[in-house]
Amino acid sequence: MRIVTVRRISQGFFLLMLLWMAMVTAPGDAWWRRRAWPVNWLLELDPLTAIGTVLTTGKLYAGLIWAVVVIVLTVFLGRFFCGWVCPLGTIQHAAGWLSRKGRALPRRIAVNQYHRWQSAKYYVLLFLLAAGSGGELAWLVRLPQGRPLAIPIAALAGLTAIALLTILRVIRRPVAAAVGYLVVLAAVAGLGLAAPGDLGSSATLQTGLLDPIPLAYRSVSLAVLAVAGSAGVSLSAEQRWYELSWLIGGIFLAVVLLNLAVPRFYCRFVCPLGAMLGVLNRWSIWRIGKRQAECIQCKLCEADCEGACSPAGEIRISECVLCANCLDACKHNLISYQRPKSASGEATSPDISRRGVLASLAAGLLAAPLLRLGAGSGANYSANLIRPPGALEEEEFLRRCIKCGQCMRICPSNVLQPAGLNGGLEAIWTPVLNNRIGSSGCQLNCNACGSVCPTAAIRPISLDEKLGRGQFAPAGPIRLGTAFLDRSRCLPWAMDRPCIVCQENCPVSPKAIFVRESFSTIRNGRFVVAAINGATMTLSGATVQDGDWAGGDYYCRAEGNPRLAIVGNNAGTIALSDPWRKAPPAGSEVEIQVRLQQPYVDPRACVGCGICEHECPVSGLRAIRVTAENESRNAKRILMP
Amino acid sequence: MNGDKRTGSLSRRDFLAGAAAAAACAGAYLLRDTVGPKGPGQQGSAGLPDFSVPATAGRMSIVTGADRAKTVRRAIEAVGGIAAFVKPLDRVLLKVNAAFATPAALSATTHPQLVAELAGLCRSAGASVLVSDNPINDPASCFTLSGIDSAARSAGAKVLLPSDDQFHPITVPGAKLLRNWPVLQGALARVNKVIGIAPLKHHQHAGASMTLKNWYGLLGGRRNTLHQDINTTIAELAMMVHPTLVILDATTAMMRNGPTGGSLDDLAPTHTMIVGTDPVAVDAFGSTLLGRRPGDLPYLAMAEAAGCGTTNYESLKPVRAEAS
Repeated sequence: MRIVTVRRISQGFFLLMLLWMAMVTAPGDAWWRRRAWPVNWLLELDPLTAIGTVLTTGKLYAGLIWAVVVIVLTVFLGRFFCGWVCPLGTIQHAAGWLSRKGRALPRRIAVNQYHRWQSAKYYVLLFLLAAGSGGELAWLVRLPQGRPLAIPIAALAGLTAIALLTILRVIRRPVAAAVGYLVVLAAVAGLGLAAPGDLGSSATLQTGLLDPIPLAYRSVSLAVLAVAGSAGVSLSAEQRWYELSWLIGGIFLAVVLLNLAVPRFYCRFVCPLGAMLGVLNRWSIWRIGKRQAECIQCKLCEADCEGACSPAGEIRISECVLCANCLDACKHNLISYQRPKSASGEATSPDISRRGVLASLAAGLLAAPLLRLGAGSGANYSANLIRPPGALEEEEFLRRCIKCGQCMRICPSNVLQPAGLNGGLEAIWTPVLNNRIGSSGCQLNCNACGSVCPTAAIRPISLDEKLGRGQFAPAGPIRLGTAFLDRSRCLPWAMDRPCIVCQENCPVSPKAIFVRESFSTIRNGRFVVAAINGATMTLSGATVQDGDWAGGDYYCRAEGNPRLAIVGNNAGTIALSDPWRKAPPAGSEVEIQVRLQQPYVDPRACVGCGICEHECPVSGLRAIRVTAENESRNAKRILMP
Repeated sequence: MNGDKRTGSLSRRDFLAGAAAAAACAGAYLLRDTVGPKGPGQQGSAGLPDFSVPATAGRMSIVTGADRAKTVRRAIEAVGGIAAFVKPLDRVLLKVNAAFATPAALSATTHPQLVAELAGLCRSAGASVLVSDNPINDPASCFTLSGIDSAARSAGAKVLLPSDDQFHPITVPGAKLLRNWPVLQGALARVNKVIGIAPLKHHQHAGASMTLKNWYGLLGGRRNTLHQDINTTIAELAMMVHPTLVILDATTAMMRNGPTGGSLDDLAPTHTMIVGTDPVAVDAFGSTLLGRRPGDLPYLAMAEAAGCGTTNYESLKPVRAEAS
């Protein structure tokens, strides 16, 4: 079998895996729904997520250990992930192939030439990693504090190591290495004199914005499958709705359509994961290369070169995605996957400048503190940012969430939505509850989002912990926020209309919403008695629709009598539940009253699930709304001691 | 191409590739986390240490006079002199009430003269002195405008302004509210003696703000939520702090519009300085100067029931004197 056929099978397998895993990530009892499917496996293979979260948290969470397999294989084999695994790469590969199909050879060769802007992705990568490195930087500069010998010892140890590696012929320019090391050490020692505060150690994980694996998951789950649902491909019980789908889907479409201009545009110019793998394969043991320098320069090998890595000349190893099209194309069999360097030379390192690297690192390191200056994760938090149950405290959350959308895909009620800018720029597309979308609020007996989160930004919680049962009873249930009643919009409070849908739907027991009964005389509700006949009473001048007061919530009150319920009415006559004890005389006044049960929220019982808000009949700006006050994940947002 | 060089270059490459792969595996093994992060912690450390001097239990003095410096010196002499409370090399926290950014003349904050006097006394006994509080208004403005900052520093004391990193949670044993609650450990953990100095003030919600309510300034976090149960909170503050000494400055009392005051019309010249080791007794007497009885303030009875002191201050046989 030809090597490119094997590659295509591999690409097809992983593309199908993405689609299948996204499809099955939904609750339901059909055999193909999520049970034991490894729905996160592709996300866990992603070294950028693994290294990003290690930088921001110092931990490698659960399944992310799979990324080590990819890292080790890349070190030995090169960027196989880009050419053989990455589903976003595969989609682009196909789109680019379609766009080139039938084109003349010179044109195909032209679009696959190396472009100097392919360096941009390395700067993107450095920026994203630096933005997550505040913790490491703070640790490093604080290290010498109170340890006067730390710097001299580090200097000595470093120089010894450089000397050893020079003897082992690993380091070829020992003087440059030593000077570089001492400069970095001096910078650390200098920074240590001015220890950074909390702001200086802030870190934000933004790799998910551009990382192709979360991007692919997000696009498929929140845009492609949602649109497929509206086209009648029923993958969920109901149509799925997602805020910002237009942006998520639009970016995905742009990534695909850019292949019309340049094949694998995203891989070549933007992809931070590709950049990371491109750096990792610097010493790869096998690589693509020419067996002999001389050839007729027919450039057939570059006609379908996915990485634009110039295999005909000095091959750029960091750009090569191992598509193997060149192997297949060379009519003289001069190109092979081999251990020796390419006979016509190779550039192992990415084409990046020192000042570019420093500028990206500096910009990244400044990004997190700059994003936090608005105190959006602190005192100035957005009350509308309701995080799902088990979500970590906001700054910890932002150190983990990769915006993959798995939680929003699995959420049975569709209440979990990608955030817009209400949590700040860095929280875009992170999960947030919007109780107006979807089929309900957060379901009380559900912990699906935390069970599927690949990075534990939403940690996996048991139902006992969520509901505060068993060993979690002392801590109480996990609260997402608190429902606040807007009395100026609430029907029983503002408009004399009986309602209490919120109270009825409150799922906790005892209910967090309770009511106080009050009787209020309706508008123009005083009438003069014309006649009374037992439990029937005629009012003079009343013009009311038949049955308007017959719903059981209307009462009639007369001096010296208990309030009587109205059981029926027509234009001028009302039927009462009982005869009057002391019938009001004709010509006296009676009042028609409505019984209102006015809702209140008990903040000690409210878990912020938002079901009341979802059910509120005031459909625009709801009369009862959940905001983040009292959410369990942040002690600074408590409402009660 | 030179065969030797090629072999050398390949072995170097192999070495680096192998080293990188091994480093990745070792790093992943060391950093692996199979359980994931925990929820918000429920456990604060245990309560604060006891700052009192056992031999001085139940001492109390009430000295009348218009001059703070004189009355406080006389009152401290009457309970045994500063040396009975502060030893050489002790580290003393003067917990002032610096709650508001108002001038000393309005008596909403601890008077700077009293701060200077106490700092001087403690330093003359061989101790170092730290002055701190977590005010309501902007901390730097409060300490500056109240005059406490300059008074403390000119008397050789250090001033600690609260910041987020100075607060760490504690759980007061037996408390219902002050559990896992952040307190000003940046000051408390650095001292072995605590002297509370509070002005006598009317307080709309709690009735009176005196030496017990003054400990509220050791709390951080969302302490404004504690006003939902202010009496329990103050009683638990009494359980939290066992002070070396408390001083209630009733030279000028805020009779109404408290605890902020804002006008000289809110003040009355009550010309009394109360010093004691039992804050419940000191506050019980203080309430009488505001025209109330100790029984009017529920937190006093609650603190007494919790074993923090007695509301029957006469049972301590307070030393009464005049200083002019």
